[in-house]
Amino acid sequence: MSLLEIRNLTVEFRTASGLFRAVDSVDVTVENGDLLAIVGESGSGKSVSMLAVMGLLPWTANITADKMEFDGHDLRSLSAKARRQIVGKDISMIFQEPMSSLNPCFNVGYQIKETLRIHMGMGRRERHTRAVELMTQVGIPDPEKRLSAFPHQMSGGMSQRVMIAMALACKPKLLIADEPTTALDVTIQAQILDLLTDLQETTDMALILITHDMGVVAETVDRVMVQYAGQRVEEQMVDKLFANPHHPYTTALLAALPERAQSRHLPTIPGVVPGQFDRPQGCLFSPRCQFADARCKSQPPGRAGQELGSVLCHYPLVDGAPLNKEAS
Amino acid sequence: MSQVLQNQMDKRQAENKQVAKKPILIARDLKRHYEVGGGMFSKSSTVRALDGASFTLTPGRTLAVVGESGCGKSTLARVVTMIEQATEGALEIEGDAIGEKLAQGNKELRAKVQIVFQDPYGSLNPRQSIGKTLMEPLLINRPDISAKERETRARDMIAMVGLREEHFDRYPHMFSGGQRQRIAVARALMLDPKILVLDEPVSALDLSIQSQILNLLVDLQDRLDLAYLFISHDLSVVRHFADDVMVMYLGKPVEQGSMETVFSQPRHPYTKALLSATPVADPTRKSKRIKLSGELPSPMNLPQGCAFNPRCWRASEKCRSTRPVLTGAGDGAGTDLGDHLAACFHPLEDED
Repeated sequence: MSLLEIRNLTVEFRTASGLFRAVDSVDVTVENGDLLAIVGESGSGKSVSMLAVMGLLPWTANITADKMEFDGHDLRSLSAKARRQIVGKDISMIFQEPMSSLNPCFNVGYQIKETLRIHMGMGRRERHTRAVELMTQVGIPDPEKRLSAFPHQMSGGMSQRVMIAMALACKPKLLIADEPTTALDVTIQAQILDLLTDLQETTDMALILITHDMGVVAETVDRVMVQYAGQRVEEQMVDKLFANPHHPYTTALLAALPERAQSRHLPTIPGVVPGQFDRPQGCLFSPRCQFADARCKSQPPGRAGQELGSVLCHYPLVDGAPLNKEAS
Repeated sequence: MSQVLQNQMDKRQAENKQVAKKPILIARDLKRHYEVGGGMFSKSSTVRALDGASFTLTPGRTLAVVGESGCGKSTLARVVTMIEQATEGALEIEGDAIGEKLAQGNKELRAKVQIVFQDPYGSLNPRQSIGKTLMEPLLINRPDISAKERETRARDMIAMVGLREEHFDRYPHMFSGGQRQRIAVARALMLDPKILVLDEPVSALDLSIQSQILNLLVDLQDRLDLAYLFISHDLSVVRHFADDVMVMYLGKPVEQGSMETVFSQPRHPYTKALLSATPVADPTRKSKRIKLSGELPSPMNLPQGCAFNPRCWRASEKCRSTRPVLTGAGDGAGTDLGDHLAACFHPLEDED
C-alpha cells in the first residue's frame, strides 16, 4: 500500500463569476522515502492539490476525488477531529514565507513545543529536550537560547529552519514543502535543501517539494511531476525528464532556462497560462504549443503510457520530435 | 540555433570590441551610510549599506551586481538613480559630476537614469491607465511637448515593448505579471534615458515569462544603445545577460570583472561559494557544493578584518585583522573594467 494515493483529484472554487477549476483530475502516488517534486508556473494548481490533502482549503472549494488515501486513512470521509490527529503529526507542511507563517506573539520555543504537547502528549521537560534536539538537527546555533527568541528577532533562513523544526517535531511520514526556499538567498537555499534531503535519507520520510525552480528540481529530487493549468501533464524520473522531456510544455519550459540558452535570445513560450474565462477547448496547452494542430485544439488528449512519461498529449515528443504525427 | 543568429551575435560582439565606447557613468568609491537608532539614552550607530564601490557603465553593455540580500545592491541602485545622495565618493554622468545641487531639481540629468523595479504591480499606480502612466513622465519633465505629441510617443512606446494598441486605456490590474513588467520598462524609457537600472526585473516572474522580458531587454539595449545596471541574485540569469559582473558582500565589492572571467575563474571565495550554491538544471551534474556556514552578519556590527572571514574556509590570521582591498590581476590595479579585481588575501587559483 502506498503512503499517499490520490486518484482523479479535482478542486473547484466557487467564485462570484462561476466555478473555477484549479486542479483537474490529478493523480499522485507517494511511497515511503520518496522524493517527488511538483513543478509548474504560478496558477498551475500545484499548491492547491497539496492543500486539499492537508484539508486547508477554504469552504468555497469543492473537492472531489475517486481516491484520496494517506497511510490507510480515507481523507475524503475523515472527520475534522480525526484529521487533526493526522495533519501536523504524520503529514506536515512547510510554507513559502517563514516570516508570515510563524506567530509573532509567541516565542519559537512555544510554537515548537505546542505540537509536541498536543500530538505527542509529552511532559514539560521532555518537550524542552526534544525542542532543543530539533533546533540542533536543523542547524540553529545556540538552540537553548534561541528557543526564547521571537520570530522578528530571526532572519529569513533561521525562521525557515524553525518552520522545518516544527514540521519535523512529530517525525512525520510525509513532509510537503511548498516553495521552501523561494524567499531565501542561494547560499541559505543550499543549506535548507541539503537539510531536507539529509532528513529524507536518514528517516525514510517522504518529501514532496513544490517548486518552480528547475535548478532546485534537478539537484534535489528523484521524481518530477509537471503541472500545467491544474493538470498533470508529465511525470518522469528527474534525469530522464531533463534528458528527454515528452510533453511540449516541459520541453519549452526547459528550453527557456537561461543556462540552456544557445544565443542572446532565449526561446519563449508565447502567451500566458489560461485563466477562468479563456480555458481552451481540447488540450489546455494547445494555444501556446508549437506542435498543436486542429486535433489538439478540438479534442482533449488522452494519457500516454509510462514509457512516455504518462504525458497528456496527442503527439508526445521523443527526442524533440512529435510522435504519431505523420500517421494522423 | 540558426547560423544566421550566430553570425549576428558574433558581429555584434566584434562591433562592441572594435569601438571601445566611452563610459557614460563613472562611479568612484561610492559610499552611502545611514545613521540608525540614537534615542534619548542610546547612541546612534552607522550602517555602512554601501561602502566604496567603483565602476563604470558603458552604452550597449550590462553591468550585473550580484550578492545576497543585505549586501547593498539596492542601495547602489538608489544612489545611481539619484534617489539618494552618496555620503562619499564621486558619481559622474556624461562628464557632469553629481553633487547635491546638480541632482536636486535637475530634470535633464535625472531623465538620463531611469529604474525598473522588481514588483511591477507595486510600482504602477492602480488608478492610472497605462496611457496616463506612460505620459506622466513627459508631462512633468518635458512641459514643452504638446498633449498630442505625448500621446503619440506613449503609443509608439507601447508598440516598442511588445504590447498592443488597445492596452493604452487599460489599468494595471488587467495585465499579467509579464505585461506589467513591460509597462514598467516602457515607462522607464519614456524620457529617452541613457542608463537603465534594473532592480531584480525578472525575479517575480515565471520562467516562461522571464525569458520574454529578458529578450525584450536585450532588444531594447541593441536598438537604443542603453547602458544597463542589472541587479539580480539569480546567477543563471546574470550569466546569460551580463557583460561585466560586480559581486558584493556587505556593502563592498569583493570581486569585479568581465562575466566570462568571473564565472569561469572566480578568485574570491565568496564568488566561488555563490556559484556553487546556485542550482544548475542538470541532474547529471553532481558537483560538490561549498557549504557556507552561518549567514550574513549584521551590517551594524561588521567583523574585524575581511567581512567574509567568519564564513570563509580559507581565512587566516591576517584576514581576521586586516581588511583586504580590491586588487587586480594581469594589468595591475585599476578600476577599468576588463581587469579582474578581487578583495582577498588568499585568492583562488585556477585549479582550486
